Amino acid sequence: MIQWKVIFSISKTHLVTRLKQTITAMLGVTFGIGAYITLMSFMSGLNQVLDDVILNQTPHIQIYNEIEPSKKQPIELFDKFKNNVHVVHSIKPKFTQKKIHNALPMINYLNKDKRIKKAIPQLKAQIFYISGSIELAGNLVGIIPLEEAEMFNLNDYILKGSLQELQNLDNGIILGSGAASKMSVNVNDKIQVSTISGDVFPLKIVGIYQSGVAAVDDIQSFAKIKTVQRMMAKPENYITNINVKLHDINIAPEISKKLTQLFDVYALDINTANAQFETGSSIRNLITYAVSITLLIVAGFGIYNILNMLIYEKMNDIAILKAIGFSGTDVQYIFLIQAIIIGFIGGVIGMVAGWSISYFISTLPFQTDGIPGLKTFPVLFSWWYYVIGIAFALISTFFAGYLPSLKAKKIDAVKIIRGQ
Amino acid sequence: MKILEAKNIDKYFRKPVDFHVLKDINFSIDKGKFVSIMGKSGSGKSTLLYILSTMDTDYEGELYLNNELITGKTEKELSIIRNKEIGFVFQFHYLLSDFSVIENVMLPAKKLGIKTLEEIKEDAFINLKKLGIEHLENKKASQVSGGEKQRVAIARALINNPSIIMGDEPTGNLDSKNADNIFNIFKELSQKQNLSLLIVTHDDDFAKRTDRIITMEDGKIIN
Ligand SMILES: Nc1ncnc2c1ncn2[C@@H]1O[C@H](COP(=O)(O)OP(=O)(O)OP(=O)(O)O)[C@@H](O)[C@H]1O
Ligand SMILES: [Mg+2]
Repeated sequence: MIQWKVIFSISKTHLVTRLKQTITAMLGVTFGIGAYITLMSFMSGLNQVLDDVILNQTPHIQIYNEIEPSKKQPIELFDKFKNNVHVVHSIKPKFTQKKIHNALPMINYLNKDKRIKKAIPQLKAQIFYISGSIELAGNLVGIIPLEEAEMFNLNDYILKGSLQELQNLDNGIILGSGAASKMSVNVNDKIQVSTISGDVFPLKIVGIYQSGVAAVDDIQSFAKIKTVQRMMAKPENYITNINVKLHDINIAPEISKKLTQLFDVYALDINTANAQFETGSSIRNLITYAVSITLLIVAGFGIYNILNMLIYEKMNDIAILKAIGFSGTDVQYIFLIQAIIIGFIGGVIGMVAGWSISYFISTLPFQTDGIPGLKTFPVLFSWWYYVIGIAFALISTFFAGYLPSLKAKKIDAVKIIRGQ
Repeated sequence: MKILEAKNIDKYFRKPVDFHVLKDINFSIDKGKFVSIMGKSGSGKSTLLYILSTMDTDYEGELYLNNELITGKTEKELSIIRNKEIGFVFQFHYLLSDFSVIENVMLPAKKLGIKTLEEIKEDAFINLKKLGIEHLENKKASQVSGGEKQRVAIARALINNPSIIMGDEPTGNLDSKNADNIFNIFKELSQKQNLSLLIVTHDDDFAKRTDRIITMEDGKIIN
């Protein structure tokens, strides 16, 4: 039977009488765990903010018509050539309307689906901003301002003015910041917008929009969907895009596939649209883990070294313990417990240190145009990192202590006693 | 009654060259007897003692303790036997230097785990007193003299009331007064508590006063 009390008290005595070495080993663990938690919290915070940027403004599913060549060429319909090989050169896309057929009933249908949070229409139109004698090409997006704000956090990107005003005004426009500065206009100014077919409309600027992406801010602007329909002389059911937000983002690919089949439209899910972004995110995670694990392995080697040294120093003690009736396993536990105590205390201090440093970072001011609403460094506090941290501390110190303790177990007492 | 019995014990060292160090050792020790082993340096006394103490298991032949076959038992079983039945005193006082004197004495009893901590402490103190070193109780083991360490080691060997005490030149590096003192302690233990003792010594006077002398030569017992 193992007498845990004695084994513990011997382990404790070893640790306490070699306080300096014990503290050095513990600090190794503390450093590893602290760095791991800090890095993870900071990197995940950053990742999450970047994710949010994408998730907030990107619809989970976008529905639109894509211009592409017809899949069935006319010759295939002709019975006479049914058994022949068809070679058609220079296939060109057939003109199709950008308009989504039956868009309004479709939106109704989508909004009844329980998995869908909201489906809202957009009308994208190519326009020119007219400023004196120059014309700037641009995109005007017809939206339902308040719904857009609710679903896609458009408010976060409105520098001046508000979406509410856009909602209220039939000839309002929210202009991209780049376009606004090019034309040196500001809120409450009037600008002229011309459609592709040449009709010119005066619109009043009720807000300035900034996404943080210059290429977008130079051309993009928003107006009420009705305004855009009127400008293009189209009826109320003329809608080019439907943006869908789901309750659960993970089912986006599945639902988008269904919609494609059901309505004969293009439905692009967010995962496909942002595949690159995912890669960036996971590579950042990978780097964080690689660095943390390296730190922990270094700490592990420290513990391994110190325990190895301790066992050399304690050869005599080991021989005596064996001579007075401690088994090899008892002796092994004595050293293994020391490793685990070092891991546990070092790990707990590491968790506290990690939390403190993360907290400190989260109070440092940090602002950038690209991510509106950010005032300090983003840090994600998740208990999960602390669980992983302490588990890793215990596991790594266990392994670091295992080999030396095995050596202690196998030491031949007679050899040591003879050697004296 | 036989406490310890060795039957046909042979031992070889394989390195650096094949060396037949113990040759057909046969003897037994009765309960309450104080036996000494003598012999020239290199005759195999320590080697034999390590085998008898169950620490060395690399030998041929059979070893009995309290009429029970010890040979072939597992490392774990042997450690329990060492803890309970055998008390050890070495030439070089083997104490755990990080622990206090009384903690050293208490250790085998704590490992045995039968008595409470209080009882163990009491026993340990009684043993220290018997050996006249109770005033050293709370001193660090590394801070007491050689003769004192030797007595601490004896106190530790006695703590679990073993069947036999084995000593490898326990008085080897003590002055004659201290050696005499330890001899008297051993003698008293064997007479009053009927304890068996097996002590390796080079000291003729010491050996002469024991109940029986086993003499070794060249790995053999010659009487
Ligand atoms: N590990 C070993 N490998 C090889 N030979 C050894 C080993 N240990 C001891 N010997 C040899 O075995 C013989 C017996 O050694 P042992 O230590 O038993 O002698 P001893 O009788 O105790 O001598 P002393 O009185 O000097 O202590 C010696 O010749 C020694 O050189
Ligand atoms: Mg010897």
